[in-house]
Amino acid sequence: MNEKVLSLTKSGTYWLPESISNFGQDVDSLFYFILWCSVAFFVGIVGVSIYFLVHYHQSKKNSHLDTNEKEFSHNNAIEITWTVLPLILVMVIFVWGYKGYLNMAVIPENGIDVRVNGRKWVWNYTHTRTGKTDGAALVVPVNYPIKLTMSSVDVLHSFFLPNLRIKRDVIPNRYTILWFEANKIGSYPILCTEYCGTEHSNMLSVLKVVSMEDYQVYANSTDENMTPLELGKKYYKGLGCSACHSIDGSDMIGPTWKGLYGKLREFSDGTSTIADENYIRESIIYPNKRIVKGYPAGAMNSYKGQKDIVIDGIIEYIKTLK
Amino acid sequence: MSESKYANTNYLKAGKGLKSWLFTLDHKRIGIMYLIAILASFALGGILALLVRYELMSPNQLIMTKEQYNKAFTLHGAVMVFLFIIPSIPAAIGNFVIPLMLGAKDVALPRLNLASFYFWVAGAALCLGSIVFGAVDTGWTFYTPYSTTTDTGVIGMALGVFVLGFSSIFTGLNFIVTIHKMRPKGMTWFRMPLFLWGMYSTSIIQVLATPVIGITVLLLILERVIGIGIFDPALGGDPVLFQHFFWFYSHPAVYIMILPAMAVISEVVTTHCKRSIFGYVFMAYSSLAIAVISFLVWGHHMFVNGQSDFAAMLFSFLTFLVAIPSGIKVFNWVATMYQGKIALTTPFLYFLSFLGLFLVGGFTGIFLGALATDVHLHDTYFVVAHFHYVMMGGTVIAFLAALHHWWPKMFGKMYNAFWAKLSCLMIFVGFNITFFTQFVLGSKGMPRRYASYYEEFQTLHQISTFGSWVLGAAFIIMGIYFVHSLVKGKDASENPWGSSTLEWQTASPPIQQNFVTIPVVDGGPYDYAKRAKKNG
Repeated sequence: MNEKVLSLTKSGTYWLPESISNFGQDVDSLFYFILWCSVAFFVGIVGVSIYFLVHYHQSKKNSHLDTNEKEFSHNNAIEITWTVLPLILVMVIFVWGYKGYLNMAVIPENGIDVRVNGRKWVWNYTHTRTGKTDGAALVVPVNYPIKLTMSSVDVLHSFFLPNLRIKRDVIPNRYTILWFEANKIGSYPILCTEYCGTEHSNMLSVLKVVSMEDYQVYANSTDENMTPLELGKKYYKGLGCSACHSIDGSDMIGPTWKGLYGKLREFSDGTSTIADENYIRESIIYPNKRIVKGYPAGAMNSYKGQKDIVIDGIIEYIKTLK
Repeated sequence: MSESKYANTNYLKAGKGLKSWLFTLDHKRIGIMYLIAILASFALGGILALLVRYELMSPNQLIMTKEQYNKAFTLHGAVMVFLFIIPSIPAAIGNFVIPLMLGAKDVALPRLNLASFYFWVAGAALCLGSIVFGAVDTGWTFYTPYSTTTDTGVIGMALGVFVLGFSSIFTGLNFIVTIHKMRPKGMTWFRMPLFLWGMYSTSIIQVLATPVIGITVLLLILERVIGIGIFDPALGGDPVLFQHFFWFYSHPAVYIMILPAMAVISEVVTTHCKRSIFGYVFMAYSSLAIAVISFLVWGHHMFVNGQSDFAAMLFSFLTFLVAIPSGIKVFNWVATMYQGKIALTTPFLYFLSFLGLFLVGGFTGIFLGALATDVHLHDTYFVVAHFHYVMMGGTVIAFLAALHHWWPKMFGKMYNAFWAKLSCLMIFVGFNITFFTQFVLGSKGMPRRYASYYEEFQTLHQISTFGSWVLGAAFIIMGIYFVHSLVKGKDASENPWGSSTLEWQTASPPIQQNFVTIPVVDGGPYDYAKRAKKNG
């Protein structure tokens, strides 16, 4: 929540945040079309109701009982009209909405591929061409199609970019796809919109739209040319360790990392060990093998499959937290 | 029942003591027991709502941790949906009114009726018992694999929903049989008041859809207990399958909630306008049409979960189709005011309130039914607002209309009209402050089920919370004047609103066997002109 992103409430129109995508104009036009049709119908129906209310209030003696008129209680022509007219209108809206949806579904072939990985409670991005990974921001070039291939390692999440008007659920054991073209340089919010547990409302991220030149520099600066400590710091946030482990000694869902290295750990099964490199590595890859006393079992998923340099980096980082 | 020594006594006085209530087979007493039970549930759900709204006054923690917040909104949703709204109009109002309106002595299966109430009690006990075992933090939708892996009391809640399903099925079955078999001489299908058509349509959905949620939550329980791997991908299951199962019930369930509301409104508008409903046949068939189409739109809850584009198209199309019969009903209610003799009674004020709120709820449904706009609005506060406009602005307001309309019949007492109207107005105003703000929050990008949020959303959240206090105050006023009515209220006449339907042609409160002699029906339900002539 600390990252500076474009304000949703202060940008754009009264109803919608500023649009920066290729889809925005179409979605927003449809939104306002439905809005104004609704306002027109609402005013019409409520207006007629108020007129009837005043004109046929019992004190006015205008009712069929007072005038002895035959009660007007059925008219096929009127009833069919107010069935068919709204039907036509909603069919227009249906086709319009479907066309917009198809635009979002048809993915251009020349896009930049990014793998999006959802995990409680962090988003992780891998740029497939260069292997560049990032857990802090989704960095993309402006005016260029981007294809996101998304999946989750634990529960359902949903990837929502309000300024781009797109959203897609992120599901374990299945890929879902989003694509877009952002047309304005800047930083924009990314939010999780499928309830995923305690820190659901903190599963936030940033979309950074940059120039193509900046993107090339960014995507080519990969992990290989960083020191282990830099890597560890980066992945502490990037892999979502920060969601459950503090570095200042405060208690979160998991034990703090401050002063962890070299400390005696007591486990729920009564055993204990000194937290050395091997213990930390085991805790990352098989987190449920030994549970530190007082912490919930099964709260952490395995990070098996992470590159060795990443795990080494995290161990180096923990060593520095005294 | 006719041999009962109390047959011609006021049903409230027919038998004394707790036992005479707990073992009663009288549909009216069962209706009243349901009424008390669901009002208690409504109060609990309402308090949870006020707590949730209070926490949202600030993006930072005020009174609840995030875990507690997640449990509070889950309980609010589950209590309101499963314990309150679904049984509200059918089980409480319907039980009381249906046989009276039909001209029958009781429902067809009185023992099943009582069983339904006790299944409700058992289900409610299980749901609320889950609080003791750590409460539930999944949201009322129980989406997998979160619900199969969270460390909270999902099993108790799921079992509760399973048992509550039986209560709902029993009630639905009972009403179907009653309406088919218990109509007196002359009460043809098209002479039935529209309340009965609405309840009949509702009952069909209850009987056909509820087993699906029963099976679904049972699978959820089995998955948690023995890990069969239906839904959890870690066990080889498919989490999206759960959504299909869940919404295959829960979308029709939305119509279990709204069809009875529409049915109530048709009665209220005719009675307090003193004329027949406009377009009776269209109204009756539109209820059935809604019941049928409601089974074919569940996929509109899943437009962004990766279902095929073809499925999304079909579900969007069918969703727009279901809007049409609802639209017909609105036009017909408004047309019913034409040539009417409108009395601005409390129930009629609730009708006006319903009309305004349900229109907004319906129109905002169009934004969500249209695919391109739904992608942006899905799972934001826009959906929360839409849902509350339909469920609270629609069903709860209609339930309150029903309660104020049939209160004199139920208890033989009038309530204070001034305070009732004031409370109705406060609910209307408070509701709009609370929930209209949430449309803006949602379209601006505020996701639902967030314990904290971007600071820029705070003003809108605070306005919404202020509205919830107005609502709370209005309901406190309502509680006071209803209690006052029971204790000190003026006696109600047989037919205080001058209605033409049968339940008003017997004593208030009715005698145990409802009618001294079973009425014979010789005309339509809303023949006010003929009535006026008869009464000179």
